[in-house]
Amino acid sequence: MLSSHGRKLAALTVIGTAIVLPLMVFVLGPNMPPGKDTQVAKGQVFDNTVLLVVMTPFTVFILVYLIYALWAFRAPKGETELIDGPPIRGHGPSQIAWLATTTISVLFLAVFGSTELLANNGAGGGGGPNPVAKPSGAVLPIQVIGQQWEFTYRYPTYGGVETAQLVIPEGQEIAFHVTSLDVIHSFWAYELGVKADANPGVDNVAYVKADHPQTFQVRCAELCGLWHGYMFDTGLVVTPAAFASWIAARKSQFAPVSKYLPPYSTTYAPDPQHRG
Amino acid sequence: MNMRRLLGFNLLTAVVLGIVGFYVGWWLGHQINGPSVAYFASTGQNDIALFVAYIVGVIGFLAGLGFLNYPVSRMLGKPPSLREKESEGIGRYLGLCTDHKVVGIQYLLGIGAFIFIGGLNAMLIRLELMRPTHLVWNGNNYLTLVSVHGTMMMGMMTSGILGPFANYFVPIMIGARRMAFPRIEALTFWLLMAAGTILMTTFAFGGFPTGWTGYAPLSEQANMGMDAYVAFFALVGLSMTLLGLNMMATIITMRAPGMTWGRLPLFVWGTFSTAVLMVLAAPVLISVLLMLALDRTAQTGFFNVQAGGSPYLYENLFWIFGHPEVYILALPGMGILLEILPVFARKPVWGYRLAVTGMLGISLMSWLVWQHHLFVSGINADLRPFYMLSTELISLPTGFIFIAALGTLWRGRIRLTVPMLFSLAWIFNFLIGGMSGVFLSDTPSDVTTHGSFFSMAHFHYTIMGGLIFAFFGGIYYWLPKMTGFNLNERLGKIHFWVMFVAFNSTFGPLLVIGFLGMPRRVVTYAGYLQGANDWVSVSAFVLGASMLVFLYNLVWTQVFARVPAEMNPWGSKSIEFSLPSPPAVHNFDRIPTFGPDPYPYGDDGAGIGQRPVIAPARPTR
Amino acid sequence: MSVTARKSLAVTVGVLIVGVLIGVYVAFLTNGPTPYRVPVASAATASAPGSVDLTLETVGSVGPSLSPNPTWVSYLVRENGVFHRSTVWTLPANTLVHVTLYNFDSKTGLRNPFLAQARGLVGGTFGIDGKPTTVMNPDDASHTFAIPQMGVIVPIEGVSSSAKNTCGFAPCPMSTAHTTTTFTFRTGKAGHYRWQCFVPCAAGFFYGFGGPMQTIGYMDGYINVV
Repeated sequence: MLSSHGRKLAALTVIGTAIVLPLMVFVLGPNMPPGKDTQVAKGQVFDNTVLLVVMTPFTVFILVYLIYALWAFRAPKGETELIDGPPIRGHGPSQIAWLATTTISVLFLAVFGSTELLANNGAGGGGGPNPVAKPSGAVLPIQVIGQQWEFTYRYPTYGGVETAQLVIPEGQEIAFHVTSLDVIHSFWAYELGVKADANPGVDNVAYVKADHPQTFQVRCAELCGLWHGYMFDTGLVVTPAAFASWIAARKSQFAPVSKYLPPYSTTYAPDPQHRG
Repeated sequence: MNMRRLLGFNLLTAVVLGIVGFYVGWWLGHQINGPSVAYFASTGQNDIALFVAYIVGVIGFLAGLGFLNYPVSRMLGKPPSLREKESEGIGRYLGLCTDHKVVGIQYLLGIGAFIFIGGLNAMLIRLELMRPTHLVWNGNNYLTLVSVHGTMMMGMMTSGILGPFANYFVPIMIGARRMAFPRIEALTFWLLMAAGTILMTTFAFGGFPTGWTGYAPLSEQANMGMDAYVAFFALVGLSMTLLGLNMMATIITMRAPGMTWGRLPLFVWGTFSTAVLMVLAAPVLISVLLMLALDRTAQTGFFNVQAGGSPYLYENLFWIFGHPEVYILALPGMGILLEILPVFARKPVWGYRLAVTGMLGISLMSWLVWQHHLFVSGINADLRPFYMLSTELISLPTGFIFIAALGTLWRGRIRLTVPMLFSLAWIFNFLIGGMSGVFLSDTPSDVTTHGSFFSMAHFHYTIMGGLIFAFFGGIYYWLPKMTGFNLNERLGKIHFWVMFVAFNSTFGPLLVIGFLGMPRRVVTYAGYLQGANDWVSVSAFVLGASMLVFLYNLVWTQVFARVPAEMNPWGSKSIEFSLPSPPAVHNFDRIPTFGPDPYPYGDDGAGIGQRPVIAPARPTR
Repeated sequence: MSVTARKSLAVTVGVLIVGVLIGVYVAFLTNGPTPYRVPVASAATASAPGSVDLTLETVGSVGPSLSPNPTWVSYLVRENGVFHRSTVWTLPANTLVHVTLYNFDSKTGLRNPFLAQARGLVGGTFGIDGKPTTVMNPDDASHTFAIPQMGVIVPIEGVSSSAKNTCGFAPCPMSTAHTTTTFTFRTGKAGHYRWQCFVPCAAGFFYGFGGPMQTIGYMDGYINVV
């Protein structure tokens, strides 16, 4: 049923896939971003690996096909006369096979992605004010306030103290409540696998649990004006004991300004909106 | 050159009237809302005056070109001239011309100039990114460079293929003598030129910091330079709407006998599906920009949270336009691809109906995916699985295009001419673009890749790797037909290989850099990414240099060497290659009749003899 | 002239024009405030940091003599006894920077009150008219001086709204109402830093953060630590 070309192509595709697939699973996959420091980051790495696996056969097929076609179907060098190829206008079985495999893959990806999204409590992405998937058990809320051009952080369960640095305890489910005082920012903690847009007037929640003490980069990922490129700082994951002493130190350090802070709220609409 | 010609309706008059109109509008705007108003007094910015200046300036520009002659003479009851400037000579390229072939070449040159500016900006951006911290441009200028690059490319390239190639060849391919609305056709081009000029005036008003997306509220607090963005994109939107409408009307109503829907060349199908998207999507853009303009001038609060508005509204409306927009950029490239492959594989398109279904499927489904740009924004979070599904489903019709392209190569007799090389590169680049898109469509994976260099590299793979490569394929394929002079094949191959290697060497590493955590549109980055960024910058400069090879080829062959093009250098069986190069003003002396097969390659008898029957036309040169 | 010569001339002229246009474009883009190299008062040694003096001024309206945007709020820096508009400064590394800042602008208030507490200063406090202070009422802030990468932030008290003899626009004589803020911070390792104001003081702009707040040379600048 398959022509000689078809058999060769199928064989090459299978061989190519057999070579590339293990590389994807065992070499590239484990090194996919954003790393393995948190549950959601691990989930994303797993996701990325699955995506690589699904797209490998298609990519290999198309590349093998292109190379094969250029090798096998090229007009001989020096052929000046135009000779037409066979007028093949389609091939039902191939088209149906292609449609079936792509459809199955795509539906699998959508179901898989949705499952992963829900199973990992939103996979570290901002899920709006009331995410449909929440972690069970105790959650430590931390508010991320974006403003032009710095992130500040509030700890509502510690008297609403506000700090300029983000420190979180390990082994504890964190709920980042991301909001903005002005334009749209995006809170991106790369190593944690967290990204959530900071919109004015919106409480955007993302969950994460860090496994071990480490540092992580925080960057703004949505163009927010002049110093967008400089809107970064370094966060810390520490042990619960270190976190307790750190937060106590911040409470005393920022005691003078605490009386001026507005009561903790999921969003803020601070004055002045305009001046002059 | 005599005074009469200088004083007529031409580009010179248009520029003069445009500048006069700008200052008249500026003055008028200050009368409407002068410095007595506290808001404008304290900012020193008068957005109303600038908007009015742009509007009056554009009207003056169009009047100078002669666009008002027709409506005015109709109003005065005079019989209008129906064939403005369908004359000969170089002057017709510098004014309102209703010959679709002239408009095509105008588009090629006009858009080319602005794309050159956009590309130059890209070079300057990469220069800055050779160091992890500040190097050359200060914060304002860097963001303006980024923004003008993105806006210019997005605005101009939407018409990058439809403008030059569809205007030129769609009427010929369907056997028509002109477009349905020739004056509107010319208008779309001159609107784009006015728009591009307006965008460049942003530098005089402080630039703008928002990128091509113009997200509110950042775009509401920006300097007056932002108004240039608003005016630019609104004019581009208007041009797109009219262009799409014109294309639809032409393709629907002006097909020659025998040219049924099932016989349309796939380039015409690509144009048609793009045109439908343009007509439906561009008005949304115009509306959202109107809202932004009102927020910036009349202080309405569409996007101001404290006034009851929402930045989500902007994001939603922008991407309802913005996602069809990226397919507006992709579809014409697919059309060119499937037009070129049969010629150089010497085979009919494999799966014609499949390809048409793919194109129409893409244009339908591109309406259902826009919130995948907002996966982490917190908007409608419960709908993320739906948008994930719809986004991934769109790979099915895209897959149809792929398999049609691949099937066309099957057992063909492939000749690696320059247009063919660009088409094959399209397949490779779009494959990588599409596969990287899978990561962005998957919500958990998008958490890391959203807003990073990964997504930036992804859409450069689809737009530059897809659209621009198809654009150059189209140029090498059709330009001899359009101008009557051959391009140099050898220089074309040098251009291709340098461009192809440098392109992948630029954007391939950028995918990795994005995975490693570098956001888009930043001027600083982590120090350990410097090596990779330097590599990318050098590759980008080589990529830029490859364009100089093309420009040299263009100028040398078209201005100096001028080797006359044969009627059919490629052995193509498409109808434009049975006309002289360039075709006569009215294309056909007698309207042709089309046979059943648009791609009659092969020797089974079905194709032979089915080529369109036309009467020879006289060459015009 | 032969046809080819005419064409060559036209193409050459065209290439030259494009080249000149690109040159003008690039030159325009490099255009910015002239950097001010702050003179070193005493050089840093291995044991003790050196020090430099930096004298700044903040004005509500920069005035027509210093800017094409006379109504914009701005920082000014004193160089050779004269205040002029440059926000790009070169400072030596590992050095104490003694800043004296005269503010002639009225109160605006901070959007985030947290930024009313000073951080990252040598000695932990700053002086308002000589009085050591760590925090001020956020509503009294007129501006802030902040270098986020160094963790430095200082709120600057605004001139009381009841004050007479306020300064209309720069240059402001010292006889007009003003507050004087003094503080010291230490530059760290060499690098390129940005500094900015966090008070939404750009009058008329949305959220008070457009115009001078997003233009280098007014309320934002660079610090080149060398």
